[in-house]
Amino acid sequence: MNYNWNWGVLFEGEYLGWLISGVGWTFAVALAAWVLALAVGVLVGVGRTLPSKPVATLCTAYVELFRNVPLLVQLFLWYFVMPEIVPDDLGRWMKRDMPNPEYVTAVIGLGLYTASRVAEQVRAGINAVGPGLTSAAYANGFSTAQTYRYVLLPISFRLIVPPMTSEFLTIFKNSSLALTIGLLELTAQSQQIAEYTFQGFEAFTAATVIYVVIALGATVIAQTLEKYTRIPGYVGKD
Amino acid sequence: MISIENISKWYGDFQVLTDCTTHVGKGEVVVVCGPSGSGKSTLIKCVNGLEPVQQGRILVEDADVTAKGTNLTRLRSRIGMVFQHFELYPHMSVRENLCLGQQKVLVRSRDEANAKAEALISRVGLLPHIEKFPGQLSGGQQQRVAISRALAMDPIAMLFDEPTSALDPEMINEVLDVMVELAQDGMTMMVVTHEMGFARKVADRVVFMDAGRVVEDRATEEFFGNPESERAQDFLSKILNH
Ligand SMILES: Nc1ncnc2c1ncn2[C@@H]1O[C@H](COP(=O)(O)OP(=O)(O)OP(=O)(O)O)[C@@H](O)[C@H]1O
Ligand SMILES: [Mg+2]
Repeated sequence: MNYNWNWGVLFEGEYLGWLISGVGWTFAVALAAWVLALAVGVLVGVGRTLPSKPVATLCTAYVELFRNVPLLVQLFLWYFVMPEIVPDDLGRWMKRDMPNPEYVTAVIGLGLYTASRVAEQVRAGINAVGPGLTSAAYANGFSTAQTYRYVLLPISFRLIVPPMTSEFLTIFKNSSLALTIGLLELTAQSQQIAEYTFQGFEAFTAATVIYVVIALGATVIAQTLEKYTRIPGYVGKD
Repeated sequence: MISIENISKWYGDFQVLTDCTTHVGKGEVVVVCGPSGSGKSTLIKCVNGLEPVQQGRILVEDADVTAKGTNLTRLRSRIGMVFQHFELYPHMSVRENLCLGQQKVLVRSRDEANAKAEALISRVGLLPHIEKFPGQLSGGQQQRVAISRALAMDPIAMLFDEPTSALDPEMINEVLDVMVELAQDGMTMMVVTHEMGFARKVADRVVFMDAGRVVEDRATEEFFGNPESERAQDFLSKILNH
């Protein structure tokens, strides 16, 4: 194989700048989408466990819709189709005046998709707490809201730290799809470096290493979180 | 105080309760017993509205549990309930288990709630364990905490659903002792249990259920002396002879 290795290219001012900017956008998309996913996902996940039939059905529909349409398709729908089907004024604003449309679209698309997965974890966590404790809380005089606030959510959040960590890692990896709508995040920048310098191996190795470092960091944080939230003597539902 | 009038209940097509009637007067202790699956738990859960009924009526003091507009949350805060598997909040210390309802439902101050919690926990001999979590206590200790948690709400009546049947034999008495004391203090109690010694000692009446029906509802001595129905005789001979 005739390949001129040149790792130095990664540290040349311009290209290093691209990488750093790519990492910045990857974080910006992943973290903002995560916040959105948590907010929507917790609401939808809780909604699926509520006694109210219409609310539960609506939340189930959300999960099935967003979980089953491929993320890439969802991003295209938000980016290319949405501006055409909303009212004219809004559509025009989305196309012309919306600040940083690639970023906003990526956050919304990735956030709402991940929300469906978060919702499933939240629902599973609440169900794992079990009907006995729910009855006990109601019998104690708590309203439905109080039962969730003080009993079901605090326990289920602790139970779902491990699967949520994996969702959190996935959102970083999935954020790379944002390059398809033109966001210059880490993968897109690596690709660009590869095109400019013909050092594709170096560029994508750099991206790989950075993704792995992010994943390791998140895992360490999650393990610490798990340790500090562990309930003494509690092993979940018997 | 608690009056259950001709209630029937279905889970789908399956009828769990058929025309059940009984009552618990103020200061009375009523023991409910019967074979597994006879509907005892279901009956007792209907009393504080944890389970809805399709027919009949349940009154607690003057409140109609089964009426549409009834504020069940408020009603439940005035009735204590103790479960077979304790159901303590696992993520909270014993102290927090006792204080949460007082502070969030009865809106008591932290100091007031704490004072009450400490007094109740001392009474069941667990003050040294008040900062522990439920998972760090034995079953008997957890059940005593659960009883204290219910009492912290100053209930007008207490419901028990097989409070000792998940316990190792050596822990049963420490829980029964607390319940006997409570009964002797004049608490209104409805107790699902197979502890016939407890029934003999403190129950005013025994309700015997079978297949979703109240088969017998009689004064304690009468029930043990000469149960009318064959099914109750059967049940008693099985439970007393081992
Ligand atoms: N949520 C439910 N859905 C359907 N059937 C139920 C439900 N809960 C209870 N049952 C059925 O109702 C019947 C009565 O149940 P229940 O728990 O009241 O009996 P029990 O007398 O308390 O029995 P045990 O002594 O085993 O606790 C049983 O046949 C049970 O299978
Ligand atoms: Mg039962």
